[in-house]
Amino acid sequence: MSTATAAPGAKATDPSQNGSFGLPREVRIGLAIAAILAGALLPLFIDGEGGFIDDATIALAYVVMALGLNIIVGFAGLLDLGYVAFFAIGAYTMGYFGSLFHITADGGEGVHILVSGPAAELPGIHMNFLLIVVLAIIATTIAGMVIGLPTLRLRGDYIAIVTLAFGEIVGRIAINGDEIKGFGTQLTAGRQGITPVDKIDLPFLEAFNSLQLRPWYWVAFALVLIALFVNFRLVDSRLGRAWIALREDEVAAVSMGVPLVKTKLLAYGTGAAFGGVSGAFLGSYLNTVNADQFQFSFSIFILAMIILGGLGSIWGVVIGAVALSFINNRLIPDVLNDVPAKIGLDFDLTELSFGIFGFLLVIMMVLRPEGLLPERRRQIELTAGVEDLAVDDDSYEAKVP
Amino acid sequence: MSHAGGSLLEASGITKQFGGLTAVNDVSFSIPNKAIVSLIGPNGAGKTTFFNILTGLYKPTLGRVSFGGANITGGRPDRIMSLGLARTFQNIRLFGTMSAVENVMVGQHARMSAGLIGSILRPPRVGREERTVRAKAVEMLSYVGLRVALHDQLATNLAYGDQRRVEIARALASEPKLLLLDEPTAGMNPQESADLTRFMERLRDEMGLSILLIEHDMKVVMGVSEYVTVLDHGEKISEGDAQSVRNDPVVVEAYLGKQEAERQRQESGEG
Repeated sequence: MSTATAAPGAKATDPSQNGSFGLPREVRIGLAIAAILAGALLPLFIDGEGGFIDDATIALAYVVMALGLNIIVGFAGLLDLGYVAFFAIGAYTMGYFGSLFHITADGGEGVHILVSGPAAELPGIHMNFLLIVVLAIIATTIAGMVIGLPTLRLRGDYIAIVTLAFGEIVGRIAINGDEIKGFGTQLTAGRQGITPVDKIDLPFLEAFNSLQLRPWYWVAFALVLIALFVNFRLVDSRLGRAWIALREDEVAAVSMGVPLVKTKLLAYGTGAAFGGVSGAFLGSYLNTVNADQFQFSFSIFILAMIILGGLGSIWGVVIGAVALSFINNRLIPDVLNDVPAKIGLDFDLTELSFGIFGFLLVIMMVLRPEGLLPERRRQIELTAGVEDLAVDDDSYEAKVP
Repeated sequence: MSHAGGSLLEASGITKQFGGLTAVNDVSFSIPNKAIVSLIGPNGAGKTTFFNILTGLYKPTLGRVSFGGANITGGRPDRIMSLGLARTFQNIRLFGTMSAVENVMVGQHARMSAGLIGSILRPPRVGREERTVRAKAVEMLSYVGLRVALHDQLATNLAYGDQRRVEIARALASEPKLLLLDEPTAGMNPQESADLTRFMERLRDEMGLSILLIEHDMKVVMGVSEYVTVLDHGEKISEGDAQSVRNDPVVVEAYLGKQEAERQRQESGEG
């Protein structure tokens, strides 16, 4: 008895190959390697101090977040409208443990753990970037599970409302945290922001600086690779199957032995961790942790990326995130911004950016609701399983066991 | 009722109320080891509610369920399933966008150990587990008679009878001691029903399973059941072996109505 992978007609609909897009396996692997090589080598061919690599680095950080949100929304089907909370928590972890923010720490002497260079002389708490990333992962995983708990009994839209509220709570605390004082410090620096933030300081490498952007790009790229790896491994695993099962039919899934609470919380926690990692990176890269970064619209921005690319489709999410981030950071402010002036209108196009995103999404929903590179399962869900398969007639006349 | 071979499942005094409605009223019930037991009754008698109480989807208002000696009253469905109590659904509930094999692999969730980290790093132990689980899924699908060509087909694309098979395979893959089948022959023709009857006997004899069957097809029920319990309006109105239940006037009345039951009695009296 062999598995049926060789059976005619079955191969084309094999859903376990996430994002196969109907291409043979060899072609897919080739394309993936080409994309990864191109991404890794890109900085060598562009100005290492210019605006493009800056936009590209931010785009990669957004890809990490989008891949994290994809685990929650795309795999487990839990609509999360408060993902910005994890960005904020990751960024504040960076701000807390890698800046002058806690200026009175250790009596003004400062606390330094595995840091070198200028940061080792400054007051405040300064920890190695890798340690901060670990802390950010822990903090956001816990936050992810805390937000998950009240949604466990809820379904669909109600989950969205609770997560939306959670995102707003974290955002409001960020804005007003400068009023919350204790232990000689504040909770956040509010709209003023925590700045400057320590540059990334990796073992065996020179400390990063804000002029040479190539090292930043490569760190962000490495984070994307890790996020991709985790996404691909999870989607075809015991846990990934459990997420899809819960998404499809909660009652059937728990009746088949899938523990509801644990499985959902693992989705929230894992997805949130990537928001935290990316947040810590962006805190350092942007050199500020500012409450204005953590608004509701950012959650929608990340969600729009995965919807544009294709919910649950790993490569689709990457493409969606890169596309939206470039539209937001380059196309609208740099390339198209003088268009209104040229046609005799007087306004700043960046003010319309969310209108433009909204328009793009509406166009997508009309033309290609399953996203740019749809995931097979989602495509079926959206088209209600209408698929013409060459099932032989005799299979209907069931030869019952 | 007590059984010589010992009871696998014992439910005593089960009552379930939804608001003011009593769906199941003080039903006691037991399933012996390696036996096929049926639960019958007119529509709305509370059969599926009772099923859902046994599998943990509902918590009973009153009463106690024990399985293999352990108290499982109101326990979590996934825990109850991992103790060895698997079910199918009246209206098939497969994971439509997963292939037949993947559906059966989900059925083995409780028998697997890979966690989050294991799933990501996939050490040899997890790789082995994945292969074993996949192989077992294929084996189970062949056991229930799904053609190999359909194993990687999405569940939603399978024909009705094949979906029923996959659902049974999914339940069997969890290595249950007790299989609960909720109207498995619904929508089947007489030939298919007869085949399924034989299949249930095979499960009992080859795998040593007990089966609890909710069924409307009396031919299936009478042919296969060692014990039959009849529910009506949430109450147990009769129980015993198939023959005695069939002749119980209370049962005839519940199914056919009082007048019809009397007419039958008179006819049999005259004849």
